[in-house]
Amino acid sequence: MADVLINPVADRLSPLELLRVTLAAASDPSQVAIRELPFLCQIALRGSPGNTLFMAAVQKALGLDLPVKAGSVVLAGSVRALWLGPDEWLVVAPDGAAPALLSALAAALEGVHAQAVDVSANRTVIALEGPRAAEVLAKGLTLDLHPRAFGPGRVTQTILARAAVILEQTGEAPAYRLYVRNSFATYLASWLMDAAAEYRLPPLC
Amino acid sequence: MTKPMGSHRTANGGRIDRSRPLSFMFDGVTYGGFAGDTLASALLANGVHLVGRSFKYHRPRGVLTAGADEPNALVQLERGARTEPNLRATQVELYQGLVATSVNAWPSLTHDLGAVNQLLSRFFVAGFYYKTFMRPKVLWDRVYEPFLRRMAGLGRAPELPDPDIYDKMHVHCDVLVVGAGPAGLAAALAAGRTGARVILMDEQAEAGGSLLSSAESLDGKPAPDWVADALAELASLPAVRVLQRTSVFGYYDQNFLCAVERRTDHLGPGARPGLSRQRLWHVRAARVVLATGAHERPLVFADNDRPGVMQASAVATYVRRFGVRLGSRAVIFTTNDSAYDAVDALLAAGIGIAAVVDSRPDPGPRAEAARAAGVVVHAGCVVAATHGTRRITGVEVRGCEGGVLAPAGLRLSCDLLAISGGWSPAVHLFSQSQGRVRWDEAKLCFVPGEAAQAQTSAGACNGTFGLGAVLAEGLAAGASAAHLAGFGDGAVPATPAVAEVAAAPGDALWLVPGLKPLGRAGKHFVDFQNDVTAFDIRLAAREGFESVEHVKRYTTNGMATDQGKTSNVNGLAILADTLGRAIPEVGTTTFRAPYTPVTFGVMAGRDLGEMLDPVRTTPIHAWHVARGALFEDVGQWKRPWYFPLAGEDMHAAVRREAKAVRDGLGVLDASTLGKIEIRGRDAGVFLDRIYTNLFSKLGIGRCRYGLMCKEDGMVFDDGVTARLGPDHYYMTTTTGGAARVLDWLEDYLQTEWPDLEVYCTSVTEQWSTIAVSGPRARDLLADLAPGMAVDPESFPFLSMREGMVAGLAARVFRISFTGELSYEINVPSHLGLAMWQAVMAAGARHGITPYGTETMHLLRAEKGFIIIGQETDGTVTPLDLGMDWIVSKQKDFVGKRSLTRSDTARADRKRLVGLLPEDEGEVLPEGAQLVEMAGGTPPVPMLGHVTSSYWSPNLGRSFALALIKGGPERLGQIVFAPLAGGRTVKARIVEPVFLDREGSRQNG
Repeated sequence: MADVLINPVADRLSPLELLRVTLAAASDPSQVAIRELPFLCQIALRGSPGNTLFMAAVQKALGLDLPVKAGSVVLAGSVRALWLGPDEWLVVAPDGAAPALLSALAAALEGVHAQAVDVSANRTVIALEGPRAAEVLAKGLTLDLHPRAFGPGRVTQTILARAAVILEQTGEAPAYRLYVRNSFATYLASWLMDAAAEYRLPPLC
Repeated sequence: MTKPMGSHRTANGGRIDRSRPLSFMFDGVTYGGFAGDTLASALLANGVHLVGRSFKYHRPRGVLTAGADEPNALVQLERGARTEPNLRATQVELYQGLVATSVNAWPSLTHDLGAVNQLLSRFFVAGFYYKTFMRPKVLWDRVYEPFLRRMAGLGRAPELPDPDIYDKMHVHCDVLVVGAGPAGLAAALAAGRTGARVILMDEQAEAGGSLLSSAESLDGKPAPDWVADALAELASLPAVRVLQRTSVFGYYDQNFLCAVERRTDHLGPGARPGLSRQRLWHVRAARVVLATGAHERPLVFADNDRPGVMQASAVATYVRRFGVRLGSRAVIFTTNDSAYDAVDALLAAGIGIAAVVDSRPDPGPRAEAARAAGVVVHAGCVVAATHGTRRITGVEVRGCEGGVLAPAGLRLSCDLLAISGGWSPAVHLFSQSQGRVRWDEAKLCFVPGEAAQAQTSAGACNGTFGLGAVLAEGLAAGASAAHLAGFGDGAVPATPAVAEVAAAPGDALWLVPGLKPLGRAGKHFVDFQNDVTAFDIRLAAREGFESVEHVKRYTTNGMATDQGKTSNVNGLAILADTLGRAIPEVGTTTFRAPYTPVTFGVMAGRDLGEMLDPVRTTPIHAWHVARGALFEDVGQWKRPWYFPLAGEDMHAAVRREAKAVRDGLGVLDASTLGKIEIRGRDAGVFLDRIYTNLFSKLGIGRCRYGLMCKEDGMVFDDGVTARLGPDHYYMTTTTGGAARVLDWLEDYLQTEWPDLEVYCTSVTEQWSTIAVSGPRARDLLADLAPGMAVDPESFPFLSMREGMVAGLAARVFRISFTGELSYEINVPSHLGLAMWQAVMAAGARHGITPYGTETMHLLRAEKGFIIIGQETDGTVTPLDLGMDWIVSKQKDFVGKRSLTRSDTARADRKRLVGLLPEDEGEVLPEGAQLVEMAGGTPPVPMLGHVTSSYWSPNLGRSFALALIKGGPERLGQIVFAPLAGGRTVKARIVEPVFLDREGSRQNG
């Protein structure tokens, strides 16, 4: 009696869907804009960069060489690999890419000591863009985001305000992506809107 | 009352904007001032010199300084929710409508009741309170303390919530320059030109420091013009940032400094809604240049605290920078050259000078220049006494040689006394940075010794005086700091041309003799804010206090809100003299943050209310809210506590929910459980070592409950782990333990067993977990998952299946925390709410009832299932819990060896039992202590305590779990729980399983 059938795409609810309109209203592209990038494919990947079998298998499955430099990002087409640790990466791709990427990884990594786990629903992604984006982050981030210290293609795991985030810079503008656990997403979005609120007011002279 | 505006202004000049008049109120009187005034300068420009009463003796006090070192002119700013106590009027920028009152004056400034303390002052010496209010003890609470509280203390803390917002900012730079006086501006220019990231922070409204009230010229330009050019150049450098109204108040390890920026205070309260009023800056700097200037020391002479007595440098500042005519007839009392700047300023403003009293017998070229300008200079003389009450009216001038006053002298009338006892470099931040200061006998001040961090002091804060030398030092410090941070070649820019001023050394005059012996007539104030006199310091030394730290605490010298900026060195010198030692032998005090007081608001920033701590919610949360759930805080999570129907209290709701699970079907949002994917060839071996029981032999598709211990053998976490494949496990942890268990696993993999091929990845929030529980759970699952064989043989207890549930790929675990037939349905969390709604829809015909954590706790307790953190507290072993069955004897695991230590193995440890209160309606309080007998004389031996306690609708009575010494040996015995209020509850010890001991419900 399966009279209740769920549509695995249409019936999804992203963590910040209920705040979508609020986020748009709090955004001003000339200052700073905040929006959710829902449902991105995310795969947690573990393996040893010293294991050539592992690196080659990932190359084969994803079409990219995993970054081995701390805090760097490698892009190949629509797939990006974020360095999270000496043996840990987050592979990010468009919505819907997970099943194909996971099976490609599973096939290529057969017999190799590695782990690839679908974590697409584990975190959501908040895009923070605009000339004031770095300043908004500086209100709750102890790291240095100055162009001399950070920039596009860089990623770090850190604490923003009181939430653990993966912070990736994606553009010079600047543009950032914040990967945050679902349960912290509402808190973090509220915090970002609060921190960005002053840039909608006339500046202090 | 309104007073005419600016009756004491110079005709022109100064940095005030005379085209922008402002009105303000002080102690109920309305006055006028100008934009650019401070509250202090505006009051002085209205002829108001009496601005406060002193702390202990309630003596009339006037403005002493023009800056952060002000000890007297403390005001309560504004009223109501925005009131703020103890602000220095010398630092409060004037704005339209400002309202301030003086502190320490009750009922009014001019008629102060506490002034009677002056008459009693011979008794109010150091240690008075310690000595006097000791006995009788009963009087302390009723008489002494209320009286002292009324009379003592400074301003009043606001009692209403703060309506303003505050925020924080983190910033990094190559060179942080603190202070924008001549040294700081020079350092910022030299560093900024290299392209280094430079931040210049300055506490004042405008940059320039002493240059704003200087008559000197730099490169042929008036000092303020040079400042304007410097600022323009700094503004043109993209990597340089200048922050005014920003006080660096703390210098911590690794060049981490904190500053508070007053963003809107100068605009008046509530002027810019939405903008933070103050901002806390957290600065990380590769190099720091301190250019914090110096504080002028007052002279310690009899009745040196009358309104109208002012630092000579402050006199120059008020006259030149603020255009204030401070009086009509001034006396200048000095030991050094710097006071002659005040002479020049007064002369230029046409303010009469009665005389300069210079303690030096041969005061040198600046005195000669003054004489040439027609000023009378009394060399080798001192001010031995002052006259006046609410304003100084005159001074007694005496010759003084070898500390002995000449028998006769002259009396000068005056309404202003400018004093200078030399300068104390502002070494506060240097000292906070752990640098040690050293005494410079030539300069008569403490100067920074070797820097303890990547830091340089430049200018007056380094004991360098004289504009040319200060500028040169600032430029060198800036160029060097930038170079050391990787910018520029360290070349020092040319110093601006400054006229050389001939100088003579200053005089060490720490205590000016009075007309009568010390303490007999007149008060020689050392610490103006805490009313500490030279007599008090002498007394402390006589009473045996020799350490400067002890004297400081006994006399309270330097312990007021100004931290002794004007008093520390004078107090130390007087102590040294009394003890017959040199100043360096007596030592100095350590400065601590904050340099000037900081509001609690800016410390809190935005970490208030909803943003104090993240609230974590599951994907199903909105449904729970709509259903009217009440929530329980579990760490940062909000979990549904219970779902009351109309008119139900918690007990009614829990009874209904608990009956529904035992008799029909309940559903729980268990999404908060920790979940970890574990993969690798050695995953089974790894789990065997982590858990007390065996997992390597677990069949694929099977689940097992596991317990993990810390190395000390104490239970750390528990949960069910399933085997998904030969090298693939899926672990669940407690909600609160999710993060620490993952850290624990990584810790062991990375440090103890790097040879094991295992990877762990947290998937806690990847999955939403919906637990359906009750006799009808199988019917529900069959409805939802028609393709899944759910019969007990195909899908037995403690197994898991992957399959389609309501059209979604799901992981279903047949495990039970309630003791009922249960399934936990896991789907990716984006679909958690959709699955919950599907479960609710399909469950409707089974009477599905959502239940919360309270019912969950009750149901598991009926089965004697433990909760980590409730039955355990980090001191409980698996054996204490009666869980011997889960502790492997065959294999090793973390904590095993500790289980045989003499203490963990002793027989009388507290162990888990059940309790049945004699009164079936009596629910014991959790945490209640248990004893062997009712009554008895304390101390009564305690047997243990209640860990969980409920009223069960399924048992029809109350019950509890408890940890009791030798518990299982006491089955059937009676224990007593003495409760607060004297009542004692009797209970019988039973087995800790109250329902379905054979497990037929969950296994069926």
